[in-house]
Amino acid sequence: MAAIRDIFYEECEEQLSALEAGLLTIEGGDRDPETVNAVFRAVHSIKGGAGAFGLEPLVRFAHVFETALDDVRSGRLTPDAPVVKVMLRAADVLADLVRVARDGGAEDPERDRALVAELSALSSRPSTRPGPPAAADEGLDDFGFRPVPIDLGLPAVPGEQTWGKQTGGKQTGGKQTWAVRFRPHAALYANGNETAVLLRELGRLGTVTIELDAGALPAFPDLDPEGAYLAWTVLLTTALPADTIREVFEFVEGYCDLEIQPFGSTEEPEAAVSDQEFDIAALIRQSQVPPAHAIAPVAVTSPAKPVVISAVSGNPRADEPGTVLPGRAAEPGAGSEPASPAKGSIRVDLDRVDRLIDLAGELVINHAMLAQRVSEAGFARSSAMTLGLTDLEQLTREVQDSVMAIRAQPVKSVFQRMPRLVREVAAMTGKPVRLVTEGEATEVDKAVIEHLTDPLTHMIRNAIDHGLEPPAARQAAGKPAEGTVRLSARHSSGRIVIEVGDDGAGIDRVRVRESAVAKGIIAADAVLTEDEIDNLIFMPGFSTNATVSDLSGRGVGMDVVKRSIQALGGRVTIVSRWGQGSTFIMSLPLTLAVLDGMVVSAGGPTLVVPLTAIIETLQPRAENVFGFGEGAAVIAIRGSYIPLVDVGTALGHRVEPLDPASGVALLIEGEGGTRAALLVDAIQGQRQVVIKSLETNYRRVPGIAAATILGDGRVALILDVDAVVATAGGPARPEPIPTAGLIHA
Amino acid sequence: MPDIPKGLSRELVAFRIGDQEYCVDIMAVREIRGWTPATPLPHEPIYLRGVINLRGAVLPIVDLSARLGLGLAEPTQRHVIIVAQVGRQVVGLLVDAVTHILSVSDEAVQPPPDVASERVRRFVRGLLAIDGRMVTLLSLDQVLRSTELEAA
Repeated sequence: MAAIRDIFYEECEEQLSALEAGLLTIEGGDRDPETVNAVFRAVHSIKGGAGAFGLEPLVRFAHVFETALDDVRSGRLTPDAPVVKVMLRAADVLADLVRVARDGGAEDPERDRALVAELSALSSRPSTRPGPPAAADEGLDDFGFRPVPIDLGLPAVPGEQTWGKQTGGKQTGGKQTWAVRFRPHAALYANGNETAVLLRELGRLGTVTIELDAGALPAFPDLDPEGAYLAWTVLLTTALPADTIREVFEFVEGYCDLEIQPFGSTEEPEAAVSDQEFDIAALIRQSQVPPAHAIAPVAVTSPAKPVVISAVSGNPRADEPGTVLPGRAAEPGAGSEPASPAKGSIRVDLDRVDRLIDLAGELVINHAMLAQRVSEAGFARSSAMTLGLTDLEQLTREVQDSVMAIRAQPVKSVFQRMPRLVREVAAMTGKPVRLVTEGEATEVDKAVIEHLTDPLTHMIRNAIDHGLEPPAARQAAGKPAEGTVRLSARHSSGRIVIEVGDDGAGIDRVRVRESAVAKGIIAADAVLTEDEIDNLIFMPGFSTNATVSDLSGRGVGMDVVKRSIQALGGRVTIVSRWGQGSTFIMSLPLTLAVLDGMVVSAGGPTLVVPLTAIIETLQPRAENVFGFGEGAAVIAIRGSYIPLVDVGTALGHRVEPLDPASGVALLIEGEGGTRAALLVDAIQGQRQVVIKSLETNYRRVPGIAAATILGDGRVALILDVDAVVATAGGPARPEPIPTAGLIHA
Repeated sequence: MPDIPKGLSRELVAFRIGDQEYCVDIMAVREIRGWTPATPLPHEPIYLRGVINLRGAVLPIVDLSARLGLGLAEPTQRHVIIVAQVGRQVVGLLVDAVTHILSVSDEAVQPPPDVASERVRRFVRGLLAIDGRMVTLLSLDQVLRSTELEAA
């Protein structure tokens, strides 16, 4: 049960994303009925699932929401901006309710009630569903609602059979009458579905005659209040195919007996094609239809052809070439979602994917080893052996890339959370904000995505709270009162670049500078370039906001962002123009499974230093190195003294420190801007390495971030730069000069 | 392989460290492979020889000789690594040579004598008499754990 529950919540997340995305599309002016349907379906699915798990508050709210959406769907409610705004907030509440149901915690009944009221106010028929409907939404309600007309032949509520735009009336060729026999199981009601909605939905497809079959209804004492005894036969005359009719019951599949059959004498013989099964037998049957007969009503061209095409393409609308209904039937698959099932996706346990990634990495290493052996064995470059190995290499790389691609996900899942954040922050700060997102489809490793939410949240908050001016100031500056925050993602040279930009005032460099001086981050007489001043905001403890607001301004802002981006192997820079706004640019690796490293030797086994930590490499000169206390040394680099750490001795690979002049120094920047120079024997090269955890089979080792396997099959250790610097004589005071533009990995 | 005696029985992998014989439960043993040089880890206890690449997994290698207080092994081509599952982790045990597969009943396992040192008590589960030789049955749970005790 717990597993099913997990799946339900997982699906809820997807539905909520679809819901929000759909609403935003509608907000953007898209009135495609399919979008509205998708939104409706999302809420409906959540309601159904919640019903199955007995999540009362969720069901109740989802129901009200669904009712309002149903009005939009049926055209009774126009989804203009105010309506969509209410619905977006309702989507937020729904998301919260899902979260509360999953993780526990308090809901906000006050807000829920307020939105229920707003939603009900939107609904054009608030009296039809009185009170909190969900409780009464069990089967009993239906029993009381629908089966009252005892006269079996009587059409149900007259208003309902001519619902929607394409009402009956046109009885010309192309229409067909279907007998839909529908017998719900008790489970259908238990899952929060409602037969009235389904029948009404049928009513929208064409002209209906609904017959109630209450034959199975037991005597009252034998009646199980939660049982299902009623069945309906609906005679539906429509031009739409059986598939569309079946879709009405999409959500109750398996919870009811459903039969959809052509009723009586059809107006068009070949309409039988519309039956949704396209097996061979059906094809044979179709081909046996006498052509002359088939031609009769409408078909103007060769009669056999449309039949065949429809069967092959799976589009069952061959019977209506001349009578396409405007609006609906003109677009293939309206009201259905043929694209998603055709595309197909599966849920796979992450462990399996990771295992595959491991194996692919293994394959790459193994290939490298094999290639080394082959070259040692003296095969000519043009030999079949060498050529075969080259092919193998390509295949191996391709396998690795493809496997990595499995873990890759569009950043959409993170970007989607941002509109809500923007709404909330905008409401809190009283600044109208428009969020523009670009490149939502850009893919990056799932692990990177998971770590993106917090930094992005912070930066967007910052952009609205600090970046954008109040509306009055904006208008005074000749800008629209509504501020714009732009969130974009793109791929660039093997990395993903994410930008958060605002069209606000830009960084007030004078104030930033003053604040930094006041906080002792820089000396009062320091000479800084504009870039350097901008980058001061990434310093720990820096905050210019005079008043500490609820959102940001506690001085734990941008340095945390920078650190979490660095922890992902990324970099963050800032571009700001006074009066025009600021843009934060993050560049991140596409995956956390591999790392760009500099392979070095330091008196022991081969080491890998993460390239993102390295600012530059240099050849120390003896006259630039000075002893500094016991066993420690500093190196003078362009006028500042930076601690020099001998990696070999720090890791215990040797006792005697290396003569600095005979080694190479790597100038690195660690967390919080700490700078140090690492002294190593030699640099062997740069390489992308597959990260292997030491903790899987051992434990965390101080000074070592992880391990990797090199081409010779040996394990090499990846240096934890910060830990090495920290263990070798404590961290240096943060350097005042930021490093933007210096890093060229 | 010798006949399995009646009653409850278990199979053990017996190996040699110096002139002493030890064994571990065969169910814990994943594979046995030749010695390959390990990459040393900084600041780790002396019995940890380092890590090797086992088909993509990073495997720590424990010098059982050093771990049992018998002195550091000097691995040669003839040394072997017993790859064993310890809890959720996989560990390589460096030993001189694998000698037998033993099949013994549970009754044949004698409790270790009281005189044993703390270190022995941590690793020894029992003793076996096999053809007049003494084979020590090891428990691997503690092989990687509580190393701070060793460091002290």
